Amino acid sequence: MMRRRLILSIFFVLFGRLAAPAVERFPPPEFESGYQLPSPTTPPPRADLFEYIDVAVLFLALAAATWLVHKKRSRSLIFALMLFSLAYFGFYRKGCICPVGAIQNVVLAIFDSTYTVPVTVILVLVLPLVFTLFFGRVFCAAVCPLGAIQDLFVLRPVAIPDWLESSLRLFAYLYLGFGVLFAATGSAFVICRYDPFVAFFRMSGSFNMIVVGICMLIIGIFVARPYCRFLCPYGVILRQLSRISKWRVTITPDECIRCRLCEDACPFGAIRAPTAEWAAEDYSIGRGRLAILLAALPLLILLGGWSSSRASGWMARVHSTVRLADRIYLEETGGVSDTTDASAAFRATGRQIKDLYAEAGGIEDKVGTGSWILGCFMGLLVGLKLIAHSIRRTRTDYKADRASCLACGRCFEYCPREHLRRQKPDTEGQD
Amino acid sequence: MAQNDSEKEIDRRDFLKTGLRGACLAGLAGVTAVGLGRAGGTDMVWQIDPEVCVACGNCATHCVLEVSAVKCVHAFAICGYCDLCSGYLNTNPRALDSGAENEQCPTGAIKRKFVEDPYYQYAIDELLCIGCGKCVKGCNAFGNGSLYLQVRHDRCLNCNECSIAAACPSGAFKRVPASCPYLIKQKASHG
Repeated sequence: MMRRRLILSIFFVLFGRLAAPAVERFPPPEFESGYQLPSPTTPPPRADLFEYIDVAVLFLALAAATWLVHKKRSRSLIFALMLFSLAYFGFYRKGCICPVGAIQNVVLAIFDSTYTVPVTVILVLVLPLVFTLFFGRVFCAAVCPLGAIQDLFVLRPVAIPDWLESSLRLFAYLYLGFGVLFAATGSAFVICRYDPFVAFFRMSGSFNMIVVGICMLIIGIFVARPYCRFLCPYGVILRQLSRISKWRVTITPDECIRCRLCEDACPFGAIRAPTAEWAAEDYSIGRGRLAILLAALPLLILLGGWSSSRASGWMARVHSTVRLADRIYLEETGGVSDTTDASAAFRATGRQIKDLYAEAGGIEDKVGTGSWILGCFMGLLVGLKLIAHSIRRTRTDYKADRASCLACGRCFEYCPREHLRRQKPDTEGQD
Repeated sequence: MAQNDSEKEIDRRDFLKTGLRGACLAGLAGVTAVGLGRAGGTDMVWQIDPEVCVACGNCATHCVLEVSAVKCVHAFAICGYCDLCSGYLNTNPRALDSGAENEQCPTGAIKRKFVEDPYYQYAIDELLCIGCGKCVKGCNAFGNGSLYLQVRHDRCLNCNECSIAAACPSGAFKRVPASCPYLIKQKASHG
């Protein structure tokens, strides 16, 4: 595989050289003074070994987070691990590559057979997913550098009503949808492009993204971890996997005394109160609503797909080839009189304009299909959310919501039963 | 009786969860397998194809680093060692000397050194170079094209999405295996 690629690339280099205008306007001189040609320096990139070390550190951090959340149950140690992750994956590794962005690499590799994705990137994507399937969102708690930097700013969290939290979360699904759509069509890696905190890790970046990042942190003082809850595309995948995790994060393994302290402790609104008894008439109203919503679900899906497909032209223009084709079309039809760097570069290659149009058309078709899928997905989500709100679960204790719980461990410190449990000798306290 | 029912209910839910978890694991294994099928053992890094590069100047301004990771490099083997170098001097220089107003390079990163009559060596001081490509444009226009831009991997952060690549008008940025991270211009084998 590698050898074939190597031969191919050598072929392209040779071929490219023949095809390019081989200008040698001034033949290189034959020196008489014994002058030696300096050779160009080629400083090597970071060695592959370090990439594997990163994966190993990720694995160890996930394992440590799991132990701290499920066994040790110590908020201060979880916080310490979080600081380590912020230092290592954030400031030392400069936030690249992270599992959030790795979604796009793997999606692109699935849709584009010519794209090579390094093994380490696949591992970085999959490891936290597997951990979440067994232990809940321990990755969010103490390993993700994006979560860590926001967690430092959780100072005066306010409670957000359920309906608002649930609606705002749609942005995260939409963001995931766009991330996958643009990665699958080879248009862009938008999740990386609009990463609000990576500029802090690199200590440099575009002005706009730094402003967005600062705003996000300021909002994060009051609305705890806004990126994690309302935007993170990886977070919504972890949410769903966490629902079916083998072990769930418990506020205390002991009996709940319904003191409500944990509810106050959680800045993410992830603690669910015990449910009240349903009145008999509520059941019939609920049943009626459920029937209507189930009937409306296909409509919502179609509506989502249709309205999203209206915007597919705009989505296609994220791909540089489509933008270039649009520009060339404008120039050809006399819409504009000047050229851009891109159109001039295209004309200099001598490629046929109709080939470009065909290529752009192909991409537009793909994005068109993708926009339908994206819209249907969003419609389905809205429908399912509405349905979920009209189904009642019975809970007798305060419990951390499997999906929303970031496993940060703040409630451990607040729970009076947990304090009692810890004072017991180890033999009794451990489960 | 009620106790019994609720236990059953929980069992059923647990069974469903275990099944779903198994399905998710299988799905992840599938994605990993497809990924591994397309995987290269080595990391991929960004590089500029000098044959496609148009030296537009975006490299100097679009890198996430304050001073771009892209620098000009010189293929000495192709260079004509001209006295009147169009990569070094402006198109209309006031004088043919190293005065700042005569040089293409905005930072004076090209060091000109006399070799032997009538040849001069032009070397890039990488600490000064900002990767603007002005010299590359000049050299391509009237010279041999021995000056060209490359991503320097001692500086490059290897962002998942290179922001210069996103702004490149000619699509000259490509991912290359980290084992051969440079696309070096070499002397053409023919005349």
